[in-house]
Amino acid sequence: MTALLEMRAITKTFPGVKALDQVQLSVREGEIHALVGENGAGKSTLMKVLSGVYPAGSYEGEIHYDGALAEFRDISDSEARGVIIIHQELALVPLLSIAENIFLGNERARGGVIDWRETNARAADLLRKVGLSEAPQTKVDSLGVGKQQLVEIAKALSKDVRLLILDEPTAALSESDSQALLDLMLELKTQGVTQIIISHKLNEVRRVADSVTVIRDGTTVSTMDARSAPITEALIVRDMVGRDMAHRYPERERRSGATLMEVKGWNVWHPEHADRQVIRDVNFTVRAGEVVGIAGLMGAGRTELAMSIFGRSYGRNISGEVLLNGQPADTSNVPRAIAAGLAYVTEDRKSLGLVLDETIQRNITLSNLEAVSTSGVINENEETRVSERYRAAMAIRTPSVFQKVVNLSGGNQQKVVLSKWLFAEPEVLILDEPTRGIDVGAKFEIYGIINDLSAQGKGVVMISSEMPELLGMCDRIYVMNEGALVGELAASEASQERIMSLIVTE
Amino acid sequence: MALAEHSGAQTGVMHYLKNNLREYGLLFALIAIMVFFQIVTDGTLLRPVNITNLFLQNSYIIIMALGMLVVIVSGNIDLSVGSVMGFIGALAAVMIVNLDYSVYVTVPICLVVGGLVGAAQGYWVAYWKIPSFIVTLAGMLVFRGLSLWLLEGQSVGPFPREFQVIATGFVPDVLPASVGEGIAPIFGANRLNMLAFLMGIAAAGIIVWSALRQRARNRAYGIEDEPQVFFVARLAIISAALIFIMFKLSTFRGLPNVLITMGVLTVIYTFLTESTTLGRRVYALGGNEKAAKLSGIKTERLTFLAFVNMGVLAAIAGLVFAARLNTATPKAGFALELDVIAAVFIGGASMSGGVGKIVGAVVGAFLMGVLNNGMSIMGIGIDYQQMIKGLVLLAAVIFDVYNKSKQG
Repeated sequence: MTALLEMRAITKTFPGVKALDQVQLSVREGEIHALVGENGAGKSTLMKVLSGVYPAGSYEGEIHYDGALAEFRDISDSEARGVIIIHQELALVPLLSIAENIFLGNERARGGVIDWRETNARAADLLRKVGLSEAPQTKVDSLGVGKQQLVEIAKALSKDVRLLILDEPTAALSESDSQALLDLMLELKTQGVTQIIISHKLNEVRRVADSVTVIRDGTTVSTMDARSAPITEALIVRDMVGRDMAHRYPERERRSGATLMEVKGWNVWHPEHADRQVIRDVNFTVRAGEVVGIAGLMGAGRTELAMSIFGRSYGRNISGEVLLNGQPADTSNVPRAIAAGLAYVTEDRKSLGLVLDETIQRNITLSNLEAVSTSGVINENEETRVSERYRAAMAIRTPSVFQKVVNLSGGNQQKVVLSKWLFAEPEVLILDEPTRGIDVGAKFEIYGIINDLSAQGKGVVMISSEMPELLGMCDRIYVMNEGALVGELAASEASQERIMSLIVTE
Repeated sequence: MALAEHSGAQTGVMHYLKNNLREYGLLFALIAIMVFFQIVTDGTLLRPVNITNLFLQNSYIIIMALGMLVVIVSGNIDLSVGSVMGFIGALAAVMIVNLDYSVYVTVPICLVVGGLVGAAQGYWVAYWKIPSFIVTLAGMLVFRGLSLWLLEGQSVGPFPREFQVIATGFVPDVLPASVGEGIAPIFGANRLNMLAFLMGIAAAGIIVWSALRQRARNRAYGIEDEPQVFFVARLAIISAALIFIMFKLSTFRGLPNVLITMGVLTVIYTFLTESTTLGRRVYALGGNEKAAKLSGIKTERLTFLAFVNMGVLAAIAGLVFAARLNTATPKAGFALELDVIAAVFIGGASMSGGVGKIVGAVVGAFLMGVLNNGMSIMGIGIDYQQMIKGLVLLAAVIFDVYNKSKQG
């Protein structure tokens, strides 16, 4: 078999970050090729280069596809050649029917008038192929995530796909939906569809992949071929993690004091679907000076847990108790939660954490404006002094604190968010994916900041999808799955395998 | 060597100008338009009586633009202000003229009713998350209907003298008239209102003083400073214009009451938006509502207050308008919300919220006012006037967007 796709020496830089550095990827015709690596390693960026989201010219290197040099200008260009990507965040229009979604932008029409009979008939064909029994007229928003994923695949098939790229297709799926999806992938392979799967779930990779390429920190580490030698998870993990774990996380003296925060019997229901319980009877504690991790897959309910505790910013019918220093704390809205000593650093810093068009200074003081003002009038000199102090302490790299936050790199933006919350002087900080989308150097600095916080006796709750990060940073790790805590591991007994097995056995 | 240094300074100046084109652009546009009309109207534009008229004609737009700026910065819009203004005027007329209430009772009641109107709309926007466009569109119809109902389709007036002075009164001179008459011949005028003249000088003095203070602060904190040339030129132009205009006013009837109202309100709102936690939070709310909420800002209450505030300012504008016409008509304030909104956008506010300044909105309103006034003096028909105003609005916003895209 020959190579259908050959990506040679792909380099892609963003302002301040080199996301891809001389990446090589070779995919043979008719195989399932897995692309694995930690979050932020550059997998999604590589696929965006391939599919034309980042057009030819915005990156260095060459893409050879189907025997010729390919320079895709945009997605429709690559789709015309049969390269179709299904993103992690599904791109379906919820209020349109399955059939309408499948043929969106590619309508079965004559002279602009849609031929509904053909649309629905062809959609029904495609649905059968992906194993869905729903009527083509069903609205997409009435389907579960698993079935929506299958609709995406049906949509891809409608475009005569040759190379199908699935970005974390099973991340939000239940076990049985995941199995069905993997079976479908194998089925499509027999029909000659070449596929690239990006996944964190190594058991899935092992099950479907013919070869595996590991990417780390924006470079290709290795490519393994299952036909020449069996691929083991240990082999993949070795290449994914690469460096010695001990050097990736700054040393910290681990000592924890009295219990700072205690959450008891926490239950939360979904804000829109009142019958769906998102958090089930969660109990946990955080001690002074302790870094507590919460591990789990995407959709396990970690963010929902954090946000519901922080001023009930998520969910409804919330019940349970939050104790701070042994006393029941009022966290019924965000100002009260802040006053009680909580801070929440969101996983989505751009849309939930920062006012991007404002200056660094104005972002840092936002949640504690009173501290720089007297009877409602802001003392701008004091505000600048405070911001400068945090700029120095956090090593925020910027010409001045009067820069707009939007111009900063991800790592520096995250330091601004952290500054904002430190200025609010909390006792317990909940950090939700604090290093997501940040380059390796800045990650190390953020870890240092977290260690400083614990040294000051603050309690830190760290939510992360990167298990090595949790293992490297935390004193204790709670494992979360489907809205409940399914286990608790001390740092000494925790490992990726044990965390995974807790998630899987539930 | 000297050449290199010179070109270095030059790029610094150009760089600064490029980054701050918007603020200068607006000022230059206003000056250019004034000069243009001054020439084509043979000096009519800047005659004392016309300057007085300019203030009277635009006072209610400017007053409402202050509130509209806050609403727009918070990420909302208020389409009802024209109707609310008319409604409050009608209420005042009915109370004073038909029901014989005292002016001193009516005015506070009107302001409270304005606040309640704002509260009624703000409630749905803030706590029910109904788009402000829709809520205030409904309000626009409701309050237009209410003023028709109050006035029973008729014009009601005239008002007693004590009500008219709100709009058409002048502040009496502090010094005896003889002093002004003594000094007037020096400037080739017949009379001189010393209060107006001195206020002009004082205002210019305050502007220069606060600019110098700001500059000293910038120095102390290493903020990129306005190049000296611009700083001096800008201050000189603003101070000269201010003193010139106040001088012109002082040779007519002195300071109109509305100018004082407008001036005081502008200063208050500039302070509120730029120096208080309240103002800062409104900008954060408009810039990113979710982030603001997660930072502990009571976003709903702020939105609500922005509309209450708008209602009160619309009420003030309604009183001024009714007092100026000396009658309340069912048509009062019709389509005026569009002028107000246009002024705010010309002044540099962003449709998506979080951006905009009080000074910009005031200058934007003046720009529209001078355009209206100048074109009327020239005898340009209302048809062309509308088209030109529309194109100016479009041009201002395109200029904004272009500027932003170039800055990256």
